[in-house]
Amino acid sequence: MATLPDRREEVTLDTFLRGLWQENPVFVMLLGMCPVLAVTNSAINALAMGLASTFVLVASNSLVSMLRHFIPKQVRIATYIIIIATFVTMVDYAIQAISLDLYNALGAFIQLIVVNCMILGRAEAYASKQPLGATIINGLGIGAGFTLALLSLGAVREILGAGSLFGITLFGENFQPWVVMILPPGGFFVLGAWLLIFAWFRHRQQQHLSDVGVAQHER
Amino acid sequence: MSADSVTYIFLNAAIVNNFVLAMFLGICPFLGVSAKRETAWSMGLAVIFVMLVSSICSYGINWMLKLFEIEYLRLICYIAVIASAVQLVEMTMKKYSPALFRALGIFLPLITTNCAILGVALFQTSREYSFTQSIAFSLGAGVGFTIALMLMAGLRQHLELAKVPDVSQGAALTIMLAGLLSLAFMGFAGLGAQYG
Repeated sequence: MATLPDRREEVTLDTFLRGLWQENPVFVMLLGMCPVLAVTNSAINALAMGLASTFVLVASNSLVSMLRHFIPKQVRIATYIIIIATFVTMVDYAIQAISLDLYNALGAFIQLIVVNCMILGRAEAYASKQPLGATIINGLGIGAGFTLALLSLGAVREILGAGSLFGITLFGENFQPWVVMILPPGGFFVLGAWLLIFAWFRHRQQQHLSDVGVAQHER
Repeated sequence: MSADSVTYIFLNAAIVNNFVLAMFLGICPFLGVSAKRETAWSMGLAVIFVMLVSSICSYGINWMLKLFEIEYLRLICYIAVIASAVQLVEMTMKKYSPALFRALGIFLPLITTNCAILGVALFQTSREYSFTQSIAFSLGAGVGFTIALMLMAGLRQHLELAKVPDVSQGAALTIMLAGLLSLAFMGFAGLGAQYG
């Protein structure tokens, strides 16, 4: 989290984009892992979870940002948790009203958004210091990054484990599903594979930079 | 063994539906504190204690909320109880074992945001366990968490000596390892019922 500013931040495109790549909560900061692994056994669950988390993140962080001059420093964590819990309760009842199937599929994990460290971390590190506008933009970016990460796990797991995407069958009848992918170990394997791919990417980038540096030095 | 018996609930929570490896609760401390066996052990004990306290408290709270018909406050009440239980453990540990307190560091206050603990409270409510069943469930969940943490710590200590490619060092390899552990725990699936 080296790039986090302590003073007021100018709202730029980077405020939003940072959450997608540089500070992606799942792939870079490894925050909020529980829902990432637990609800990504199908793409639709992953999308719903991502949107619900994004809503809670943006709403609670806006409130924290608006109240940042009034919350006493000693009880700030407790205050943030209560604010987050309020919004999670709202989402919980809303999803129950909209789609009972989805509610049953996600189970207790909607209520467990409360303890998603990503949201509390954002409230503490960003929203408590920044004005409302920047907080909303940044929250949307982080939420989008989180949703994207969930989707990239959910899609891979559903395609491999059930042979479908968003419930639509992709392959013919001869497809033999790789069932372990939608079971718990599959979550770990797919996440590990994604992390490996990103690490390999970064590794190559660094190697490229150092090669360029050596070449310039030799010249 | 009937599905309601205390032994069954305990075993089910500890091994068959292991909280970390089968239900993905408490992954953050699982990855964060599993580097050394000693810290993993004390973290496990702290989690068992907090789980037990918060399970008993949330049973009482749920009863009271039902009495006044204000169940929508459940989540907020539970999280407040857990936060205070963690504070209690933190103060006790600071007084009686300062070395351990320093070793656990930031992960001790972070037990508050350990989803396994809120998970115990929420699951015991939604499955409508009785008081003794709740205690068995929370103890089982805590023991399961400790087992997973200790296994992982042992594996990671061996991993330090192994030669791995540069790219896969760090988080990626740890998560792959957790996947293998989880695969092994799936072998217990035949023992009990699968919960959604």
